[in-house]
Amino acid sequence: MSGDHGGTAAKLRRMADQIAVNFQALGHDEAVLATADHIDMFWDPRMKAGIFADDRSLLSPVARAAIDYLAKGQHPPHQTRATEFNTVDEVGHSDAG
Amino acid sequence: MGYERQKDFGTPEVKSDEMVSLTIDGREVTVPAGTSVMRAAAESGGGAIPKLCATDNMKAFGSCRMCLVEIEGARGTPASCTTPVMPGMKVKTQTPRLEKLRRGVMELYISDHPLDCLTCSANNDCELQAEAAAVGLRDVRYGYEGDNHLDLTNDVSNPYFQFEPSKCILCSRCVRACDEVQGTFALTIDGRGFASVMSPGQKNDSFLSSECVSCGACVQACPTAAIYEKSVTQVGLPERAVVTTCAYCGVGCTFRAEMRGEQLVRMVPWKDGKANRGHSCVKGRFAWGYANHKDRILNPMVRDSIDQPWREVSWEEALSFTATKINAIKAKHGARALGGITSSRCTNEETYLVQKLIRAVFGSNNTDTCARVCHSPTGYGLKTTFGTSAGTQDFDSVMDSDVIMVIGANPTDGHPVFASRMKQRLRGLNGKPPARLIVVDPRRIDLVRTPHIEADHHLPLQPGTNVAVLTSMAHVIVTEGLANEAFIRERCDWDEYQDWARFVSDERHSPETLEAVTRVPAETVRQAARLYATGGNAAIYYGLGVTEHSQGSSTVMAIANLAMCTGNIGRPGVGVNPLRGQNNVQGSCDMGSFPHELPGYRHISDVETRSLFEKDWGVTLDTEPGLRINNMLDAAVDGSFRAIYIQGEDILQSDPNTQHVADGLRAMECVIVHDLFLNETASYAHVFLPGSTFLEKSGTFTNAERRIQPVRKVMEPANGYEDWQVTQLLANALGANWAYTHPKEITAEIARLTPSFAGLSWELLEERGSVQWPINEANPEGSPVMHVEGFVRGKGKFVVTDYIPTDEKTGPRYPLLLTTGRILSQYNVGAQTRRTANTVWHDEDRLEMHPTDAENRGLKDGDWARLASRTGETTLRVLVTDRVAPGVVYTTFHHPATQANVVTTDYSDWATNCPEYKVTAVQVTPSNGPSDWQEDYLDRTERSRRIAGEEMEPAE
Repeated sequence: MSGDHGGTAAKLRRMADQIAVNFQALGHDEAVLATADHIDMFWDPRMKAGIFADDRSLLSPVARAAIDYLAKGQHPPHQTRATEFNTVDEVGHSDAG
Repeated sequence: MGYERQKDFGTPEVKSDEMVSLTIDGREVTVPAGTSVMRAAAESGGGAIPKLCATDNMKAFGSCRMCLVEIEGARGTPASCTTPVMPGMKVKTQTPRLEKLRRGVMELYISDHPLDCLTCSANNDCELQAEAAAVGLRDVRYGYEGDNHLDLTNDVSNPYFQFEPSKCILCSRCVRACDEVQGTFALTIDGRGFASVMSPGQKNDSFLSSECVSCGACVQACPTAAIYEKSVTQVGLPERAVVTTCAYCGVGCTFRAEMRGEQLVRMVPWKDGKANRGHSCVKGRFAWGYANHKDRILNPMVRDSIDQPWREVSWEEALSFTATKINAIKAKHGARALGGITSSRCTNEETYLVQKLIRAVFGSNNTDTCARVCHSPTGYGLKTTFGTSAGTQDFDSVMDSDVIMVIGANPTDGHPVFASRMKQRLRGLNGKPPARLIVVDPRRIDLVRTPHIEADHHLPLQPGTNVAVLTSMAHVIVTEGLANEAFIRERCDWDEYQDWARFVSDERHSPETLEAVTRVPAETVRQAARLYATGGNAAIYYGLGVTEHSQGSSTVMAIANLAMCTGNIGRPGVGVNPLRGQNNVQGSCDMGSFPHELPGYRHISDVETRSLFEKDWGVTLDTEPGLRINNMLDAAVDGSFRAIYIQGEDILQSDPNTQHVADGLRAMECVIVHDLFLNETASYAHVFLPGSTFLEKSGTFTNAERRIQPVRKVMEPANGYEDWQVTQLLANALGANWAYTHPKEITAEIARLTPSFAGLSWELLEERGSVQWPINEANPEGSPVMHVEGFVRGKGKFVVTDYIPTDEKTGPRYPLLLTTGRILSQYNVGAQTRRTANTVWHDEDRLEMHPTDAENRGLKDGDWARLASRTGETTLRVLVTDRVAPGVVYTTFHHPATQANVVTTDYSDWATNCPEYKVTAVQVTPSNGPSDWQEDYLDRTERSRRIAGEEMEPAE
């Protein structure tokens, strides 16, 4: 079971591509940063490790660039308010579902 | 409080800036202009004027003639319920003339009324009885030998209340309640004169066969035993009442739990409930019997493997068994192999403790909640555009709307008490011209055409094309010059607006171009857009038909864009209103149930926030976001996630792609289910910890309006512990050393650590009843409407939302699109409602199908059909209806025997992984009956629920 990342790897790629295509209206460079920002703030370490280790040529161009960026250990500045959270004293933000 | 009905002021409260002073029985009284004399008397601290047909949640009717008064200078004896106060009026409520008149009226009533007070269900709870006493009736001069209605037969068809027509006094309160309060119009007075009788429908209708939705408004309204709760008939009158909050949907109705000892006799809506204002639906009002159902598990159980029967054990053994397993997994695989799911049904205090258990004791951030599968796109989408996803308005705001747009929601089924308010506004019952209505839904939901209400526009779009429809509406608004430039310049970023406006103005986003994709006629889209933009105060209400899509978050942002570009934010009557489903889903998110954030919406990577919690909790926290529910299942199949603590959630029945959920659960070493019943998930569990119901614990729920309301314990937990105590026991078995003795201590901890709740305390709620957060120094009274002066977080942001069709495509093998939803009488997976008498209304899930599609397949109404998708298949019976368009089919997910989620897919929202329940490509074919799969499933479930020591049922 462990070690077989086949199913999960494909799923991670699909998720990354999906995020990227939904940011495409921003234009290539901004979409790359927005995708990287999203994955940085919302994916758990295993998922990140999984996609970093995967064959990135299978990803769409924007997703691939975003993963390359993150895999270098970089953290993009926040691109949308979705990734800006309250500081310790603030009350304003909420992403309650 | 001792047992007393809540005070009834006779006629509704009137708000006015103008005050009127008058004298009643020598007492000076000052009330708002427009108030009735009856209400003024009731409010003035003196005796109430006798009444029978008046009650304060309905307009005055003036039929019973009991409430007559004498007014100096006025002729005759006017009815005080229909007489508005006038300055300087001098009223007498008791004179010899009035005494005689009232007694005469009462005499007539009693001449045709059973005289069995002592054995009547309503003995001591009967307004007729009370008023007969009040007017001093001593005899009935007509005798009792004349024609009467005493031998009319009773209607006991409804499982919760009975109708005894012999006791009816034709006050019409029930008819008016069904009309004004509920809006269903099921009841009427049939016949004329002496032949008049209250009827729930046509000649042969009983309550059950009629349009009655069993909301109980007529039961509450009835002054006699004519319509009365069966539970009181069986048990007797309650002796005390405790106000608590309903544990079903996100409206958060407050009820008086009327008790006799520890037995709940009936739940009566609390008139002062700010969310429900004295109304209720069938679930909260009557469907609480599940607390005593025979299926309820009261003792902890464990087993080493899911193929074995359960073993009932002591709490000590169960906790030690669990702790051993958890510690072993942690030692071998690390803290990140552990996680949990908090419950959106449990209290804020309990949810807070579960995420604390996972973060502080398990040591990972793998905590998630059912908001994931419902409104998580709301969180993402509104936060991006408005800066915060907290609902902008309260429920009362609908009364100030001129245009109401309902998208992907079915409020008459999912949020019935709120829907009744919306219907009041749509009928213009509050004195303003009726509000206009736009409905965007693939189905013709009830709201589209219901008594006295018809939607101006129904847009029956193809499932999956929400963004296309909304973008085309935006196209119309921008290209026809209907945008509110002043608002945008003031409250939003003008450059971003320009970019967005340019995008939506493109021809490819016009209704005409997109019609081929959405299947909504372009002219309808244009008219709807114009109405929304120019109709006055326009409010959008939306539900899971918006969020449960692969572009759910984008749709929410598209909605926000529409509201911003038309200036419909920041005052009563407008706004973007997500209709949140669960009783405490708002609260569960507030409490930090998401894997990426701590309570108060602070990201786990924020060092200062982490230190705040680390200091208070005395631990070091994992710095990285954790796994969402669907990712937990993926990781389980992969082998890196091995233990889960699930409180009050049935992921096997409610999450999509049942096979995948089963695979994930089966792969785990330690599945702990903390629930009331052995639900579907428990088939894969190793530990079962019995839970407590909302009647058996104290705490708080936060409803969809951000309103924090108290939950008050009315009976000791049948399983021995309140849910928060169970979580504490588990934490302590793992070495945590928690020492909470009452939920208010947990509330205090939450207040200490979370700025939006800094002013919250048990004492505050006792004093105020409820409060909407944020509640802190800056907002000492709480916060009803948000974004009044401007957006809470800087400017509103327009986000370009490109329509990206879902990957789930129809094709020759799967030519139809399945969408899902809920029904009024059952709640979600039905764990609670299926164990009450609500099953009389919906005892199986049915597949709604258009007549053309059914005919093409040789299917008739009621036939068994096989519903298959690329993911799986199931079998259920067809319901032929033209509520769905050709090409679209619909079902509910309340019954595990159907397992509707066997067919739903793995696709989910790009930003939040909210599952795409609303779009599944399917094929439907005739079938002989339940599929082999379903029969196997039932067998397997049966076996997995065996408890060692219980007798096995003999084989059939």
